[in-house]
Amino acid sequence: MTSPHTYQAQAIVIKQTKIGEADKVVTLYTLEFGKLKAVAKGACRPGSKLGGNVEPPNYCLVMLAKGRNLDIITQSQTMDGFLKVKGDLWCISCSSYILELVDAFTTEGSPNQPLFELLLDALKNLSLSNGDETVLRYFELHLLQHLGYRPQLRRCVVCNSPLKPGVNFFSPGQGGALCSGCNHGEFTSHPISIDALKVLRLWQDCDYHTVSRVKMSSKLSSELRLLMQEYITYLLQREVKSMAWLEKLKTGFGVGSDCGVN
Amino acid sequence: MSFFAEPIANLIQEFSKLPGIGPKSAQRLVYYLLRNSNEEAKALAEAILELKEKIRLCSICFNITDCDPCVICQDKERDHSKICVVEKPSDVLPLERTGKYQGMYHVLHGAINPSQGIVPEQLRINELLSRLQDGSVSEVILATNPNMEGETTALYLYRILEPLGIHITRLARGLPFGGELEYADDVTLAQALESRREF
Repeated sequence: MTSPHTYQAQAIVIKQTKIGEADKVVTLYTLEFGKLKAVAKGACRPGSKLGGNVEPPNYCLVMLAKGRNLDIITQSQTMDGFLKVKGDLWCISCSSYILELVDAFTTEGSPNQPLFELLLDALKNLSLSNGDETVLRYFELHLLQHLGYRPQLRRCVVCNSPLKPGVNFFSPGQGGALCSGCNHGEFTSHPISIDALKVLRLWQDCDYHTVSRVKMSSKLSSELRLLMQEYITYLLQREVKSMAWLEKLKTGFGVGSDCGVN
Repeated sequence: MSFFAEPIANLIQEFSKLPGIGPKSAQRLVYYLLRNSNEEAKALAEAILELKEKIRLCSICFNITDCDPCVICQDKERDHSKICVVEKPSDVLPLERTGKYQGMYHVLHGAINPSQGIVPEQLRINELLSRLQDGSVSEVILATNPNMEGETTALYLYRILEPLGIHITRLARGLPFGGELEYADDVTLAQALESRREF
């Protein structure tokens, strides 16, 4: 039996690249097929029926037709356009970071339903929480979990003994926490506070609703951000570009501050 | 081994580098030029050279021009108190074609795209801020593209321009002429409703 010529998918638009006169190659993360690239013909034209529907980070229902190289998006209906996210500089930048992470960590043709649901929830929570950074940290930790990189945070990854309160270390290379006795000056490992360990363990085991109620000091929040950033950079072997932009937005405006505008 | 004489192979290779031109199209163009007179080939070569020699960026608006300042920036009849900010030089042309805008332009040469590493420092944003320092500009129109990068750029510009006390506007969003309501996406329709106006 031959496979059908057209098929449907629930998708979140990750990114798009212009090709030719008015077409776009759209990268989608779908519930059914994982990451896939498809062509949206004529999407750059103002009158296009596809244009507005295949904008990142839209959640949409797409109809695709098998193509010779790339499949072609024939119809698209937006289920959630995340208008609140698109209307706020911080939120739109956070969504850009989330989408870049998904694009960087996934390969085409490997469906992952929990990851799709996590991505959709992260975008929804970003919209509801007005860009709370916890959404990003929770997303990072669970993204890694769904991809097989869940960090070991209860026992030492080397000697397997339970971690004691006090000085412990986090080693991106070993994929988890090290007790003080097992940290032999590995160049990627960094000290981790007991509070950071506790928060990460809670994030690993609880849903976002519970996690969002935890209040953190800015010091702890910054420690967790740096820790996750280092772990992600180690796994990807490169920096996530949107992260630098988020840092810039947090600390002030590069361009504006040069010109006396803050 | 190449089946073509060296000059033909070279030109085919050069034409193939152009956007939308594959090896077959490049061959057709080369054979067309071979059939043409020497004068026409010379005129084409000179036009290409002239393009590279004479075209530069206007020192005020950063649009591409053959004279500095460009024709628009030199025009005393135009309204110098309005600046329309666009992403690329090709965005100026459709706005000019409308015949509805008589102000100045500022070309950013790109849009903020964090995931591609394109940040404000790579755009002509500092130059825009310098243009606004003397207080002669009363309105800045943000005409970035209605997509994720364009939105990010517009929101960023709004944040840094707002403290300057300049009137900041942006192009209206809504349904395209000739389009159908049934096929409009949620974002466009929501924005069309928000920006509705008196009949």
